[in-house]
Amino acid sequence: MTEREFFSLQTRPEGRLRVERDASAHPSEARPTTPLIEARRLTKHFPIQPSLLARLLAGQRDRLVRAVDEVDLAIWSGETVGLVGESGCGKTTLGRMLTLLHRPTSGEIYFQGRPLVGHRVLTTDETGQVSRAPYYRLTQIVFQNPYSSLNPRKTVRQILTAPLRARGVKRPADIEAEVRFLMDRVGLNPSHIDRYPHQFSGGQRQRIGIARALAMRPLFVVADEPVSSLDVSIQAQVINLLEELQAEYKLTYLFIAHDLSVIHHISDRVAVMYLGHIVEEGATDELFAAPRHPYTQALLAAVPVVEKAARRSRILLQGGVPSPIDPPSGCRFHPRCFVKKGQICEQEKPPFFQVNGQRVACWLYDDHPHAATAPSVDAVSLEPAKGRQ
Amino acid sequence: MARPILELRNLTTVFPTRRGEVRAVDAVNLALYPGQILGLVGESGCGKSTVLLSILGLIARPGRITGEVLLDGRDLTKLSNRELRRLRGKEIAMIFQDPLSTLNPAFPVGEQIRESLRLHNMLPGPWLWPFDAGRRQREKERVLQVMEEVGIPAPEARYRAYPHQFSGGMQQRALIAIGLACNPRILLADEPTTALDVTIQAQIIALMKRINQEHGAAIILVTHDLGLAAEFCDHIAVMYAGRIVEIGSVDQVIENPQHPYTQGLLRCIPNLKERRPLQPIPGSVPDLADLPLGCAFAPRCPDFQPVCAEGFFRLQPVIENGRKKVHRSGEVHMARCLRLTGYRMPEDD
Repeated sequence: MTEREFFSLQTRPEGRLRVERDASAHPSEARPTTPLIEARRLTKHFPIQPSLLARLLAGQRDRLVRAVDEVDLAIWSGETVGLVGESGCGKTTLGRMLTLLHRPTSGEIYFQGRPLVGHRVLTTDETGQVSRAPYYRLTQIVFQNPYSSLNPRKTVRQILTAPLRARGVKRPADIEAEVRFLMDRVGLNPSHIDRYPHQFSGGQRQRIGIARALAMRPLFVVADEPVSSLDVSIQAQVINLLEELQAEYKLTYLFIAHDLSVIHHISDRVAVMYLGHIVEEGATDELFAAPRHPYTQALLAAVPVVEKAARRSRILLQGGVPSPIDPPSGCRFHPRCFVKKGQICEQEKPPFFQVNGQRVACWLYDDHPHAATAPSVDAVSLEPAKGRQ
Repeated sequence: MARPILELRNLTTVFPTRRGEVRAVDAVNLALYPGQILGLVGESGCGKSTVLLSILGLIARPGRITGEVLLDGRDLTKLSNRELRRLRGKEIAMIFQDPLSTLNPAFPVGEQIRESLRLHNMLPGPWLWPFDAGRRQREKERVLQVMEEVGIPAPEARYRAYPHQFSGGMQQRALIAIGLACNPRILLADEPTTALDVTIQAQIIALMKRINQEHGAAIILVTHDLGLAAEFCDHIAVMYAGRIVEIGSVDQVIENPQHPYTQGLLRCIPNLKERRPLQPIPGSVPDLADLPLGCAFAPRCPDFQPVCAEGFFRLQPVIENGRKKVHRSGEVHMARCLRLTGYRMPEDD
């Protein structure tokens, strides 16, 4: 385990933030322990408000869709964090919150150790200048569906010009040059600059989406299932492009996907989500070699693989993902769990246990020989564990 | 080997367009044997779904089907619509890709499953047919039995539920139940799990495998997921631009791919075991209205030789252990690549 990964799992005492802020006065100091972006107990609840009639006649009340519930995630500069889970588990919502496309219901986002204030954040550039920058300048998103995320009435030139203007490129000649450069960089023919999205294939449209995100010169890019709607041969092209761009522009990715083989290929670390919670997190190779959480185990076993030797016995989960409106009590996975420990799974939310390099939220590891209770990134989830001891 | 229950001979499906005729399916020869699971693999637009639709005669005008689709020696392309309707759902059933748009939102799921039983008069009464009150009850019992079989919990309660009350996996199960209701001999599955999560996909695939083993239904699975095809199927046919470019048993095609397209596909799938750079196939799928002469894959092919662009050529048997076997389609590993003949245009036999 590298030092960086080690620190990702360690407690950060509350006072550290202030220390960091002081340290920011000396930007020359390397701070490998500060994540580029950090989510602390990030929560998003969507209210369902029934109509007045439904309220009066059927007696319906407001309900909450608990899309993301108290999620902690730290992403260091230059790495790719893969976020996997089934549909409806909140991975897209988390990605959108990290780019502020959704306002979190509660919880905080820290950028380079500094909290977000409104839509702005303090950043330090290479020269050590501290400035307040709009958050959208620093984080961008590549959307899942290249057919619906590009305006059909705008040409590539118009699509790519908007972020350039927002970044402050003013002269038309500069804009044109940069649009052509971006198109060339993502593998599009710059002579197609005045074409409309429908004149491109799915893979090419996704390249436009990537160019649009790059135009802002972001530090952090959320790639929200960028390849899931593409054919395999095109998928490989786009993955390779994303990897090249990361190396060239030192980008940091949160790569959201439901395809585990893609995640395995591209990520340095992986976080597995289930019904709004992160259930397991760890370095990619370790997590794929020895998944700890029963959900991760089932997820990995369900992936069809080409190699004969790699085929494993299936773990067939029963039923589907429960609704996030009234999620199960305790561990949210317990109704489908095949190694349920007992009452405790149904009653108490498991805290994170540290098993080797991984962070696992499962009661199985409560008295695991290698397990230590993961330091309290979220204090609340730790409380029940204290009560039990 | 037993006789094939379904045989496609030179099946060609043509759609006239403004830019000329598009051969969505071009001279496809396939044989499906009883109890076999055949995978049809390829990227979108390669004609794999059109093959299934052509088998059932579901190609709308002005699309045309030529060639033969033989079911027990009967040519389905010659049948009238009325005769075809007697076969669809009873002998050959189809599971479509998108359950939400396939199920009718206005009718309860149970009734939709019952529909095929009713139309095929699967459970006839003694003679009172139009006034047979017990028939509905018998059909309902069969529907509940099928729903139970495909793993829909509490079928009694779910019988009257509408499609929107089902989750994606449950909707897919309901579609499979419709397909299974009449105990067909052949099941055509068009990307049945593409819209589903992997854990649900594993459930559906296990279910289809069980149906194959318990009822002996032969299955044609259309998928773009090579991993899924490799795990689930006995035989695989890889399609590219409307043609089968490689066919053989799973082991032959996956372990020893001969066509450069199959090799390319296998190389660009991320591997769960080791991380190696992906080698994408350069370029993209050609326009079907404007196919190059000769091998359709030639413009993207790493082993391209000028002779590849010279004319149409057949699937060539792969020479294994130094000898060429007598072949019948579906039994022997074959690939449509001139590399196998040492870049000599084969003489038509």
